[in-house]
Amino acid sequence: MTVPRRQVLVAAAGAVLLSPASATETQVAALIKELVGDATLREGRVKLDIPLLVENGNAVPITVSVDGPNRVRSLHVFAERNPLPNVANFYFGPRAGPAKVSTRMRLATSQTVVAVAKLADGSCWMDRIELIVTLAACVE
Amino acid sequence: MLLAISAAAAEPRSGYQDASPATRAMQDDDTTNPGFLWVQQGEAIWHEHGGTTGKSCADCHGDAAAMRGVAARYPAYNVTLGHPLTLEQRINLSRTADQGAEAFAPEGDTLLAITAFVGLQSRGMPMAVSPDGPARPYYENGQRLFQTRMGQLNLSCQQCHDDFAGKRLAGALIPQGHPNGYPLYRLEWQGMGSLYRRIRNCITGVRGEPFAVDSPDLVDLELFLGVRATGLVVETPAVRP
Amino acid sequence: MARVLINIPKEARKGEVIEIKVLISHPMESGQRRTDSGQVIPRKIINKFVCTWNGDEVLSVDLFPAIAANPFLSFFAVADVSGTISMTWVDDDGATQTELASITVT
Ligand code: HEC
Ligand code: HEC
Repeated sequence: MTVPRRQVLVAAAGAVLLSPASATETQVAALIKELVGDATLREGRVKLDIPLLVENGNAVPITVSVDGPNRVRSLHVFAERNPLPNVANFYFGPRAGPAKVSTRMRLATSQTVVAVAKLADGSCWMDRIELIVTLAACVE
Repeated sequence: MLLAISAAAAEPRSGYQDASPATRAMQDDDTTNPGFLWVQQGEAIWHEHGGTTGKSCADCHGDAAAMRGVAARYPAYNVTLGHPLTLEQRINLSRTADQGAEAFAPEGDTLLAITAFVGLQSRGMPMAVSPDGPARPYYENGQRLFQTRMGQLNLSCQQCHDDFAGKRLAGALIPQGHPNGYPLYRLEWQGMGSLYRRIRNCITGVRGEPFAVDSPDLVDLELFLGVRATGLVVETPAVRP
Repeated sequence: MARVLINIPKEARKGEVIEIKVLISHPMESGQRRTDSGQVIPRKIINKFVCTWNGDEVLSVDLFPAIAANPFLSFFAVADVSGTISMTWVDDDGATQTELASITVT
């Protein structure tokens, strides 16, 4: 069960490797600006999927997909409040199929996860999901 | 913190049923269940020649399917030694006494791997740990330990896993605490872990003194948990938060 | 050699979209953790993954410390010709691991 754009509850474990310390939304904004350059960044086309209920911030399943006929050059995922906000960059080669990728990420704190797609026609698209992270009780 | 006391659960309920759909999905798909990284290593160990006999597990036991049902029966009373053994200990006994090789280190990746591989052969089979015959006194000791209050929080396994099961403890759902998925991949550990490790976590959680690995009391407690899980099926390698 | 799980169909029709799923055992030590005595545990992650089909790139990925331990990736390729799918993981320490899978396209 996935819901594309909404608030998600995530229980993060105490041993999550990222402290909710220093990273800022402005840092992510700067990274995105660098990525997008002069193009305008629009909402849409990109879809971020994170399960409605995630019990541990050590391994949060995430799927990013892009709709439409245009070839996708790259996909970039950021977590705004991780001290190191980059999560992953995906570059699609000539043998790539539909632009849909899944992985598992670490989240320690409530924050917004952002995905940006760069298409072959130069246009840039984005999606974002706000995640609410609660602490798990039993920690080794 | 803990609210009302409910009646002890009649029907055993696997930790799987208490896990989120995302965690269950991770367990359900062998191609995305990280526990299979260990299973695969275990399969390689099964075919590895070693020890003074130079034989592999497969040389003596044949196809791994020969291990079907074995994990469901453990911990089990060992007639030769005159006391019960966990599956890990039984594997290590065969490893040292039959194969003539050095025991796999407790908690190590190799022991987790071979145990997960042997455990997988029983996946879907009903838990069948026996409390009867010569196992009886060990089972009763395990039951006593399960009911014994421990640690600074002065809580027993039973209070949390029978009385408070299904309730929340500072956000986390308290499961019935069944052993049917071990060794399993726990997101909190970011890796594979044994039932021993899980029990150690619970005991340090109540600020108690954990059992030593392979101590007779621990084996008895694991034996009791196995019998208590009768009605559930083996899920090895399970995934838990 | 790290343990790897790879899931790729052995056969596909020409033009068919296939899913590739990979898991590799790796702690993905983020460089953000400290020991009990307060020392930073040095970063050691897989920072790059590349998949090619007969040498042509399918996907390459930059991985950061926010990727979970035992990294999992799933993505798609379009079946064109029979051959070899190659997957390479690159560790911070420069070590690489490459796994090959063959696929028959009809
Ligand atoms: C030299 C032959 C030999 C080798 C090598 C060997 N075993 Fe055994 N194993 C035996 C014998 C004999 C028994 C006892 C069978 C019985 O009691 O019915 C046994 C029993 C077992 C049992 C208990 C089965 C039960 O039904 O309770 C397990 C589990 C086991 N071995 C696992 C392993 C594993 C894993 C390996 C490889 C690391 C291995 N063995 C290597 C000969 C061997
Ligand atoms: C304070 C309450 C508490 C006590 C006391 C406690 N546990 Fe637990 N136990 C938990 C919680 C909570 C979990 C689930 C942890 C999680 O998901 O993070 C758990 C999980 C488990 C599991 C894992 C179940 C699964 O599906 O994998 C087992 C087994 C277990 N406990 C056994 C024990 C034993 C044996 C004892 C006594 C030595 C014990 N517990 C004492 C709270 C407790």
